[in-house]
Amino acid sequence: MEIIATRPKSLTKAQFTYCPGCTHGISHRLIAEAMDELGMRNKTMGVCPVGCSVLAYNFFDCDMAEAAHGRAPALATGMKRARPDMHVFTYQGDGDLLAIGTAEIVHAANRGEHFSVFFVNNAIYGMTGGQMAPTTLPGMKTTTSPYGRDEKDIGYPIRACELLATLEAPYYIERVSLLSPQHVIKAKKAVYKALKFNKEERGFTFIEFVSTCPTNWGFEPMKAFEWAKENMLPFFKLGVFKDKSIEEEGK
Amino acid sequence: MKIELICSGFGGQGALTIGKFLSLAAMKEGKDVSWLPSYGPEMRGGTANVAVVISDKQIASPLVSHPDWLVALNKPSVDKFGPMIKSGGLMIANSDMCPDKLERENVEEIYAPMLSIANEIGSAKVLNMVSLGVIIGKTGIVKFETVEKDLKEILGKKNPALLEANLKAIAKGIEIGGKS
Amino acid sequence: MADKVLMKGNEAIAEAALRAGCRLYFAYPITPQSELIEYMSKMMPKVGGTFVQSESEIAAINMVYGASGCGKRVMTSSSSPGISLKQEGISYISGASLPAVVVNVVRGGPGLGDIQPAQGDYYQATRGGGHGDYRNIVLAPSTVQEFADMAPLAFDLADKYRIVVLILSDGLIGQMMEPVEFQPAKTEEEIEKLGKQHESWCMHPNEDEPNHHHHIINSLELDPNVLSDLVLNLEKKYIEIEKTEIRFEEYNISPDNEILCVAYGTAARITKSAIEELKKEGKSIGLIRPITLWPFPTEAIKQAFNQNVKKILTLELNLGQMIDDVRLAIEGKVPVDFIGRVGGLVFSPEEVKTKIEEIL
Ligand SMILES: Cc1ncc(C[n+]2csc(CCOP(=O)(O)OP(=O)(O)O)c2C)c(N)n1
Ligand code: SF4
Ligand SMILES: [Mg+2]
Repeated sequence: MEIIATRPKSLTKAQFTYCPGCTHGISHRLIAEAMDELGMRNKTMGVCPVGCSVLAYNFFDCDMAEAAHGRAPALATGMKRARPDMHVFTYQGDGDLLAIGTAEIVHAANRGEHFSVFFVNNAIYGMTGGQMAPTTLPGMKTTTSPYGRDEKDIGYPIRACELLATLEAPYYIERVSLLSPQHVIKAKKAVYKALKFNKEERGFTFIEFVSTCPTNWGFEPMKAFEWAKENMLPFFKLGVFKDKSIEEEGK
Repeated sequence: MKIELICSGFGGQGALTIGKFLSLAAMKEGKDVSWLPSYGPEMRGGTANVAVVISDKQIASPLVSHPDWLVALNKPSVDKFGPMIKSGGLMIANSDMCPDKLERENVEEIYAPMLSIANEIGSAKVLNMVSLGVIIGKTGIVKFETVEKDLKEILGKKNPALLEANLKAIAKGIEIGGKS
Repeated sequence: MADKVLMKGNEAIAEAALRAGCRLYFAYPITPQSELIEYMSKMMPKVGGTFVQSESEIAAINMVYGASGCGKRVMTSSSSPGISLKQEGISYISGASLPAVVVNVVRGGPGLGDIQPAQGDYYQATRGGGHGDYRNIVLAPSTVQEFADMAPLAFDLADKYRIVVLILSDGLIGQMMEPVEFQPAKTEEEIEKLGKQHESWCMHPNEDEPNHHHHIINSLELDPNVLSDLVLNLEKKYIEIEKTEIRFEEYNISPDNEILCVAYGTAARITKSAIEELKKEGKSIGLIRPITLWPFPTEAIKQAFNQNVKKILTLELNLGQMIDDVRLAIEGKVPVDFIGRVGGLVFSPEEVKTKIEEIL
């Protein structure tokens, strides 16, 4: 018998604690597969955020640290500077990265820190029960925007990739989605690229996953994918926002 | 008079709501009540339970480690809280999801196929209200009329069909409780 | 008074704050406090007030700083990790002598800890919490009703003394539902008037005040002599508060007491249940429940103890923090016994009873 699919080595045997149909599991898997393929596992340290993926240290089979809410990029900076011979990544939600942790991510990116950031944009605070996130769409109802997000009062959603792409230092920034098998295949390539650049010490790499939160959106998983395609993708456009390898490699 | 009870089931089965309507009615009938839920990050598929205390004096501790009564909507609830019921206490269980009997001599056990009853009424959602009815029918801790009034206030305009189903479920429960 | 309603502590304090004239509220979600911010997001627009979900707790407390400098009744809330982040702002607000109300629905720590009820923030709350010499008035509710009643009290105290009033609740009182009766809501005119009382110092429009001096909201003073005077003025206020604002409950206190217990909040409720059980066995145990943790009911504890009680016991959901204040109150005359639980665990009345029997 030929084994065609197996659990990546970079994931532990622990069962995910995510809700059925949640995309956190897919993004974990993509990162773990790329770590396997690049043979990075025993030289990699990850940083978990505070959010639904707070227990990611139980799932990634490499050294892991747990940050305070929003501070993962600062922790990662300390880790990378203390052990430059290791590879570092953070895994962060939209509340973590774009609300409480905005200063940390902007400055880590601006310094061109040599680590990768995986950013899970599900337009909501999953862990705490569905409050408004900085990426919540205009008009979207959450437990703290019960009348729908009023962009005139609380502003428009923030686009992380576009924001960070205005900085000089970042090496590679791409937004991908996990909303269909085709999108996941593309996402896999982007994750691989980010971690490869990471391994080659090229600079700061950033991947945003347009994701879902069926539980707090109040949809069945399949409906959540459809909703996200219709509503999130027009606002959060997929694509590469920065890739310095193109100039460097003259491609 | 002081009754301590635990209502427990899968998240989404409405165990917390049983406690809520019971507390609300008891409060309206002049009792002091406390309703203390288990809480956690979106208890993903886990059990949800609530500790309710009803007393005619002011309640000090709202914690319930040994309930007088247990309402168990699923098997894990029986396994977890069944052994803790006070001697002489009562367990009301959903026989559709609690296949094994609780083997305790000094605890009265009432089994009702709550899911089947709810489905018959036309909404699996009202399963929890069957157990509320059983409590009322068996113990008379609160009056049906008080619960009915609360339900009408909360659901009356918003969802008359659900109100109807809830009241039917409670009535069916009272019938079962009354006979046990 | 209106009828009783059955409500969660977190929602009850929010409702009571609105009724007390709070028209500005800034906060960030965190368990087990989120029902409070969610209630405010729903109800604040209905009373024409301002609700902002800030980008962080640091931002929220600084929004409070700004709004308070304008003389308005303003509140923020969070749970332990978020309260740590607010300490910078609380220190500045204290330095600038501004009124503000902060609610902490305490959970297990340190660090990310867990989300279950705890009392590990006692030191932080009662010792100021941030940098510099300052105090907060700290109110500790033990029922949902008391939690709600503390909203108007906190705003009144904050206004009276221009001080930060911290309501130190916990996950249990926040999440639990109990019957509550609310005080009547303040009218818009009353709220307006409350704001006016601050016009001698707060930032406000002054076109019709020809001799107006502009008001500066500030905690910076580079001249040590001037700063010293400012801090000594704060001290005067603190001494006054220690004289007049101590609140506590005596439970079963009598000259027959074999043990005197000291406990606050959730721990006090459980202690009361244990005391009732022990009463049935003919044992007399007294309890002092501090309602203000600062100022601390030192004198009450001293007096209850001096009635010829042999033993004194503090019960806390931490490693033993308030016990220091109890030791000071009885001037170290006897060792103070301690029952504690950490990690978000809560002792049961049965456990407390057994422990008390051991000590007896
Ligand atoms: C200082 C601090 N503030 C607030 C919280 C509560 N909290 C935990 S997770 C979270 C938001 C999570 O949302 P997001 O980052 O979008 O991750 P998701 O759960 O959606 O994956 C918040 C506010 C905390 N733990 N610490
Ligand atoms: S709450 Fe949302 S983001 Fe969190 S695990 Fe569930 S579906 Fe995923
Ligand atoms: Mg999110």
